[in-house]
Amino acid sequence: MDILTTLRETFFDLGAMREALPELLRVGLPNTLILALTSAVIGTVLGMVLAVSGLSHRRWLRWPARVFTDIFRGLPAAVTILLIGVGLSPVGLQIWGPNPYPLGILALSLIASAYIGEIFRSGIQSVDDGQLEAARALGFSRPSGMRLVVIPQGVRRVLPALVNQFIALIKESSLVYFLGLLASQRDLFRIGQDAAANTGNQSALVLAGLFYLLVTVPLTHAVNAIDRRLREGRRADGSDGSDGVDDDRVEAPVAQTQEAR
Amino acid sequence: MTTAPVHGVAVATRDVHLAFGANRVLRGVDLEVPAATTACVIGPSGSGKSTLLRVVNRLLEPDRGDVLLDGRSVLRDNPDVLRQRVGMVFQHFNLFPHKTVRANVTLGLTKLKGLPGDEADEKALHHLDRVGLAHKADVRPGNLSGGQQQRVAIARALAMEPEVMLFDEATSALDPELVKGVLATMAELAAEGMTMLVVTHEMGFARSVAQQVLFMDHGRVVEAGAPDRLFEAPETERLQRFLSQVL
Repeated sequence: MDILTTLRETFFDLGAMREALPELLRVGLPNTLILALTSAVIGTVLGMVLAVSGLSHRRWLRWPARVFTDIFRGLPAAVTILLIGVGLSPVGLQIWGPNPYPLGILALSLIASAYIGEIFRSGIQSVDDGQLEAARALGFSRPSGMRLVVIPQGVRRVLPALVNQFIALIKESSLVYFLGLLASQRDLFRIGQDAAANTGNQSALVLAGLFYLLVTVPLTHAVNAIDRRLREGRRADGSDGSDGVDDDRVEAPVAQTQEAR
Repeated sequence: MTTAPVHGVAVATRDVHLAFGANRVLRGVDLEVPAATTACVIGPSGSGKSTLLRVVNRLLEPDRGDVLLDGRSVLRDNPDVLRQRVGMVFQHFNLFPHKTVRANVTLGLTKLKGLPGDEADEKALHHLDRVGLAHKADVRPGNLSGGQQQRVAIARALAMEPEVMLFDEATSALDPELVKGVLATMAELAAEGMTMLVVTHEMGFARSVAQQVLFMDHGRVVEAGAPDRLFEAPETERLQRFLSQVL
């Protein structure tokens, strides 16, 4: 009984939660979302560049992309964030002043781009070669064929994996606390952790965790919904494929065929 | 609806060679397809038929030899521009599955020919109507039968107003009952005066539509001539053996 009470007081102390709530809501949530969204956008753009370079026939494009991907996918996120956030801080200081955010976002973006690049690359590679061949046969150059025909199909196929990567990014954004944030820059994790450290009670951290879940769980369900739609998508445009076969028999211009037999 | 005028031009290859590493796929292919005629290329698989088609529109560049359109070499032309003059239809249709039937046809018209949207649309519908599928314009290819998809692919190629059409085993992937409609569309096109180079296993089509048939084996044209002569009195032993296996 005692243990249960202790556990409840440690993790679910409503008073401690209520105390941390305004800051989590006004400071932590926006900061986490800014970190995650900005790095997601930059990481996606950079990831596409990496994917296309990695698939290039030109070695001087392909190799740097592969090496970059190996490095940023292979390093622990904490190492990358510290190396970039701390290592580059003198440079950052000159450009942005004493603000660790840009470097934190840069580090998160680089990590995300390495993973997203691989996701895009696998999607693009999964598109049948005949698609590019058909585009080129129409008169499109290889780059135009990739841009208009192959990449849109490849990206569609990996949307679920892409959203999973965004979820990982939201969670990893908590690591920027390494870089020493001003009070107004603290993200969900940091505010929860500070409150927990100050009071010796974990409830604020639990509440921060609930905020993360509030963002990530709907996203996981969105992934599943996208996945389902992609699987069933062929029928999503209102046409029933089964009547096609009959049409073919009835409407084909047959006059010449009989001659051809 | 009136069909757009078709202007087929002559196509020829001269001593075309192409090797993939040690594999010499084409070993000196000469062919001559006069304007507004149809030539069928037959032969066992691996004989270089599909490769030859891809050399004609330069999806593959020959190691040696020449490709002529309307009597003029095209090897120094911009290949992207050349391909707008040479339509191609593939065995597996290769329609763009993420686009509607209409958008499959309009893509080249708007992006390559620079037509405004409504004009491209009108043209697409015209060509879809020509293959009997205007009513499927807003459907995605995945909802069509194989035969319908192949006819859309033909409409997509024709919308670019090519001067030559290449067909790479256009009916090989189709269920038998769907072959007829596609062959009928191809026969109509031939009758309208398109120059067509057709790789096919449909001997009936070759016999009734083509003006000449070329038999390829091991990267060479082994025998060529009018279909009646070729099918009735094959001169080479290799063609005799091939015909005895497929007829």
